[in-house]
Amino acid sequence: MSDLRDLYQDLIVDHSKNPRNFREMPDANRCADGFNPLCGDKLRLYLKIDDEGVIRDASFKGSGCAISTASASMMTGMIKNQSIERARDLFDTFHQLVTRPHEELDPNEAGIGLGKMAVFAGVNEFPARVKCATLAWHTLKNALEDKQEAAHTE
Amino acid sequence: MSASMSAVGLDVQALRRDFPSLDQQVHDKPLAYLDNAASAQTPLPVIDAIRDHYLRDRSNVHRGVHELSQRATNAYEKARVKVQRFLNAPSYEEIIWTRGTTEGVNLVASSWGRANVRAGDEVLISALEHHSNIVPWQMLCQQSGATLRVIPMNQAGELLQDEYERLLTERTKLVAVNHVSNALGTINPVREMIAKAHAVGAVVLIDGAQAIPHMAVDVRALDADFYAFSGHKIFGPTGIGALYGKKALLEAMPPYQGGGDMIASVTFEKTIYNDLPYKFEAGTPNIADAIGLGAAVDYVQKIGMDAIAAYEAELLSYATEKVAAIDGVRLIGTARHKASVLSFEVVGVHPHDVGTILDREGVAVRAGHHCAQPVMEFYGVAATTRASFAFYNTREEIDQLVGAIGKVKELFG
Repeated sequence: MSDLRDLYQDLIVDHSKNPRNFREMPDANRCADGFNPLCGDKLRLYLKIDDEGVIRDASFKGSGCAISTASASMMTGMIKNQSIERARDLFDTFHQLVTRPHEELDPNEAGIGLGKMAVFAGVNEFPARVKCATLAWHTLKNALEDKQEAAHTE
Repeated sequence: MSASMSAVGLDVQALRRDFPSLDQQVHDKPLAYLDNAASAQTPLPVIDAIRDHYLRDRSNVHRGVHELSQRATNAYEKARVKVQRFLNAPSYEEIIWTRGTTEGVNLVASSWGRANVRAGDEVLISALEHHSNIVPWQMLCQQSGATLRVIPMNQAGELLQDEYERLLTERTKLVAVNHVSNALGTINPVREMIAKAHAVGAVVLIDGAQAIPHMAVDVRALDADFYAFSGHKIFGPTGIGALYGKKALLEAMPPYQGGGDMIASVTFEKTIYNDLPYKFEAGTPNIADAIGLGAAVDYVQKIGMDAIAAYEAELLSYATEKVAAIDGVRLIGTARHKASVLSFEVVGVHPHDVGTILDREGVAVRAGHHCAQPVMEFYGVAATTRASFAFYNTREEIDQLVGAIGKVKELFG
């Protein structure tokens, strides 16, 4: 049970049950879809980016498991008022945190800047679920690059 | 009755000893393998048959005059006869080795379909089909200009027979349905459905992937035109399966693939095709796994398909009762006639989270759309959690499943 708690931390369960920023955004200027064909997880990410390249608003809609929903919920909160460059850095940090073996990561640097999102470190021990945690982030990357095709993490 | 004997007389504990993979711990819990509809475990006699081939008889078939090739050919063709008898097919010529059910369906769609289906014709499938019994027919319809029609189902997951009769017309060239639904476990009344299709002159392909490990299948009694199944669902190896087809149909069909073994003679001007079944078996086949599948057929026949069906019916009814009694669990697929599949939803929890938690409790299930997205759409869910049983599963394993669902509720409560 303890290792399951590493994955399903209270914060993750809470965000999955009550996702924040869970709404459409009619005046978004960037929008991207994420889709995991094997899981059926689907999400649409909305961003409002100003002329200075700062993400002024972020939201999402869709359906997915607790991990992908919580990840999208927390990510959209976190990237608000961040520059595009900063959001890209966060993508890299998050990606490393959930995909690289923990022993390879420098404990003083792993997850730095991710704040509460560092709770996703537990996903690392559940290889089958990494794609759930990263779906929103890959969708963000596509939205920032203004790519038209849906992001996949399969 | 000894403790390990079931009410219907299967000595499950003794049978489990033939499956060493069942006896292990995962995440420090005893394994409860309830993902048999995805792939079943393999017993020692099957592993031994494959091993014997590699240790003694390894060579090509139908080619060599040497002893090893003779032995390999004998074992390989003997396995074909085993499958023929298992299905009660009239002739070994009607058994074609394939990679699995998917290839069997594709063979019929490509070869029979292209020769017989034209613009204006209709191909009839059902709302319960696996993607492998949908997509090949969509491809055929796109190529030929024929129309794909779908037999609808009710909330329980049973095909609507009156709608089926209405959809059957002289335009219907082929009906393709599964014998047992992989997503819900519904047993379709295929014998009656075949008779109705024949009444309008349609040919019928039965996807037997989920029926073959659970019940006696008699293609003559069913009067099936084509019947496809996979070895790995019936405790055999992966990458091997068989397609039964009526001889008259197979003889009239063009080859599926060209190559060695499927020819009688080749010149640059003209090729004479080989006789059945070899006409449909181009290239060096999957010899060892065909032999393994033969051993798997022997194995289940020794237990007895009727004994297996009776035991599993008892197990499914126990599981259905226990899982349905859990507060906040909805069963998906409640047909009157079902085989060994229990699909369900823990309300408010995504099946992938359920699958992960069950895995950590030692319970292996499938969480997903089961390659049957139209079925999921019908029930308004993206995915379900599916427990699926074999004759080696026990009531204790179902209790372990029920306990693990309790953990899901604890974490998400």
